[in-house]
Amino acid sequence: MSWTAIDTWIVIVGALCAMSCALPGTILVLRRMSLMGDAISHTVLPGIAIAFLVTGSRDPAAMLIGSIVVGLLTAFLIQAIQNLGKIESGASMGIVFTVFFAFGLVLMRQAIDHVDIDPDCVLNGAIEFAWFDQPYGLGIPRGAIINGGMLAGNAILMMLFYKEFKITAFDSSLAKSQGIRPEIMHYLLMTMTAATAVAAFETVGSILVVAMFIVPPATAYLLTDRYGYLILISLLLAIASAGIGHLSAITVPIWFGYSGTTTAGAMAVAAGLLFLLAWLGSPTQGILASIVKKFETRALILRQDILGLLWRFEEREQHPHSLDTVATMLRVNKNTIVQSLKTLARQGEISDNFLMMKLTSKGRESARAIVRSHRLWEVYLDKHYPQDKNQIHHAASRLEHVTTEQMQDDLGGASIDPHGRRVP
Amino acid sequence: MPSIEQLFRVLTLEDYNTRVVVIGVMALGAASGVIGTFLLLRKRALTADALSHATLPGIVAAFMVIVAFGGSGKSIIALLIGAFVSGCIGVLLILAIRHTTRLKDDAAIGIVLSVLFGLGLCLLRIATEMPGGSVAGLKGFVFGKAASMVAGDAWIMCIVATGVVALVTLFRKEFTLLCFDEKFSTSQGWPILKLDIALMGMVAIVTVIALQSVGLVLAVAMLIIPAASSRYWSTKIANMIFIAALIGALSGWLGATVSALVPRMPTGPIIVLISGCSFVVSFMFGTKNGFIVNQLERSLLNRRIAMQHFLRAMWEITESNADNSFHFKTIVAHRSWKPPFVRRLVKRAICFRYCSSIAKDVWIMTEKGSAEATRIARNHRLWEIYLINYADIAPSHVDRDADAIEHVIGQVMVDKLEALIKEENLKSPHPIGVNQ
Repeated sequence: MSWTAIDTWIVIVGALCAMSCALPGTILVLRRMSLMGDAISHTVLPGIAIAFLVTGSRDPAAMLIGSIVVGLLTAFLIQAIQNLGKIESGASMGIVFTVFFAFGLVLMRQAIDHVDIDPDCVLNGAIEFAWFDQPYGLGIPRGAIINGGMLAGNAILMMLFYKEFKITAFDSSLAKSQGIRPEIMHYLLMTMTAATAVAAFETVGSILVVAMFIVPPATAYLLTDRYGYLILISLLLAIASAGIGHLSAITVPIWFGYSGTTTAGAMAVAAGLLFLLAWLGSPTQGILASIVKKFETRALILRQDILGLLWRFEEREQHPHSLDTVATMLRVNKNTIVQSLKTLARQGEISDNFLMMKLTSKGRESARAIVRSHRLWEVYLDKHYPQDKNQIHHAASRLEHVTTEQMQDDLGGASIDPHGRRVP
Repeated sequence: MPSIEQLFRVLTLEDYNTRVVVIGVMALGAASGVIGTFLLLRKRALTADALSHATLPGIVAAFMVIVAFGGSGKSIIALLIGAFVSGCIGVLLILAIRHTTRLKDDAAIGIVLSVLFGLGLCLLRIATEMPGGSVAGLKGFVFGKAASMVAGDAWIMCIVATGVVALVTLFRKEFTLLCFDEKFSTSQGWPILKLDIALMGMVAIVTVIALQSVGLVLAVAMLIIPAASSRYWSTKIANMIFIAALIGALSGWLGATVSALVPRMPTGPIIVLISGCSFVVSFMFGTKNGFIVNQLERSLLNRRIAMQHFLRAMWEITESNADNSFHFKTIVAHRSWKPPFVRRLVKRAICFRYCSSIAKDVWIMTEKGSAEATRIARNHRLWEIYLINYADIAPSHVDRDADAIEHVIGQVMVDKLEALIKEENLKSPHPIGVNQ
């Protein structure tokens, strides 16, 4: 692999593009309008094609105006069909954007002799060739200027209307009551989306731009609860997607004997992989975190059950003697019991020689609390929801683990449980 | 412009190529219309979009595997199986994201759609360098390339279409239950999950066979647009399915014909544009909830309400004078209506023979007019009493509320109100009006 100035510029253009998309993307994701971004980025194509046909050139201003007009028209039509035609929003989006995209394809095919627009660009963008198009002899690629300008524009708008966007994103009725007009914010957002999508068109194409809009903000949403951080993390993820994307586009295929692949596609995949990482590993929302939490809860419940069991043996002045007894009574295997006993010994709930299974005074106290909760619940359930004694026992076995002292007091001070045993 | 002879050749399907394309896309249109109706009712329109985008990596991966083992990568069945598998993986990923994170459907669809499509494009670029294989056919799957269809492809489309129609006919009741009331059908013991999987499986199959002719970006249009159009013509599901299939097949036929006749018209987008036109027509002129029908109904209702307001105003004016006559100025003053509006109302009232002119700007109520006016004023005042006594609304505010409801009170309701008021001996803020 040889990294050149061209590669650096590709990453810079990609990062600028991904960042400018991520800004409106945060609002799209929070307002559950991600697919509006999808619809509008598809309709950029007819906007560009019309601008080509009218002006006969690749004038960026004309392309920008054409796409914004078509983008706003899309947003308006989707709303109108949804309201007047009594159709759900997904279907109305599907109708509008596919028809517009089809129209764009037909126009492109018709205009192919007059203008140089490449169907491949619609799919892959032209980020690889960004370096070769340097207007005004500045030494800066056109893509960097366009995407950088877009990023600056979006950033300024987001700073100006930060509060308004934040309130409408989370609670549009509250926004209304505070004098913010949600529909104005909506169309401002749609304008930003359309303009950003057309700026990104030459970089990543008209379909992959959806990945840039949605994936980094959605990833950030799994990592934070604050809007300010959400924006910041989205921007960082956007940069990371561009960097990792281009790097893997020029390295990974080489390992298998191919020369490379499309950077725009690889950027989307990189963003997807970052999402996957957050999905698995997010400390609050991730799958791993929830699995760990589930296991911890299960282990805690087992330890409490063991303490309760030992206490009940002591009550009858007996001792379980063997691990097998405990394992069969609690319906878990012996190894798990040994693990839990080790932990209990470490916590000082049972004596250090854990195989003896002897409660310490601390352990006796916590076990007493558990058994007390259990029997109080049995009394309560028997009184208010009389049913089979076995069922009451099972319900109480589950409730005992979540009963606080306050709740024990609220359950009343009975001294004998329905089985005729003392409440400790 | 195509010549008459050319037109004739295309319409009679004389050329092999036209015949294959027309038959294939018509079968496809019908099948996707049928299954799209359920997809739409189930509110899964855009899940199908994600599904179709997610087929790309599967197609390319299948191609790469075949080429790696020395094949030519032209086996359409293998490519379609690859597409089906990765499309289904896409749908499962959407479900997984929705159920295990706090992201909603929209973000899940967007992520799966764009990332898997990006992966497909990466693989596609790599596949172009594979020795021995020709990827030219693969690009056709993205935007559709109906011109390259052969008889075998049309056969596949016809078989799938027949299969989908047969399954839907067999399980119409079950699918309908699934779409309209999932919870109810669960409680009735229907295997909801299996039905749901069957439905999405059929969607996946139809999407996969649509790839060749309309391409994966537009495949979802074939599913949604005919089905959405059919909703404006019927509210019965059997009719909707039939109409959707008809619109789908006709759009396919027209699209294929146009693209065969006019140069540089890609078949897929043209079919989508034509079904888009069918949607616009249905949306505007449809008999059920169509735009024009709705507007007409609304304006008729508004007219009736305006006339009832007018009659009640007449009744209130003539309540105190003996001869049932009233002057233009009194009406304008009475409800603060605009004079031209009052002139229009009077004109219409004369048409209905509710009143007749006795001098310039002076009219008199006819028998029919005062009978109708009495009825309306009575409804209004009965409702006012009801509101004051049972809804705790201040007497100064009831007039406006009663205004809105008086037009829709039926005879049954009036009888009930009368009985209630007689029984409780309630008092009105005004005299109620004589019962004729």
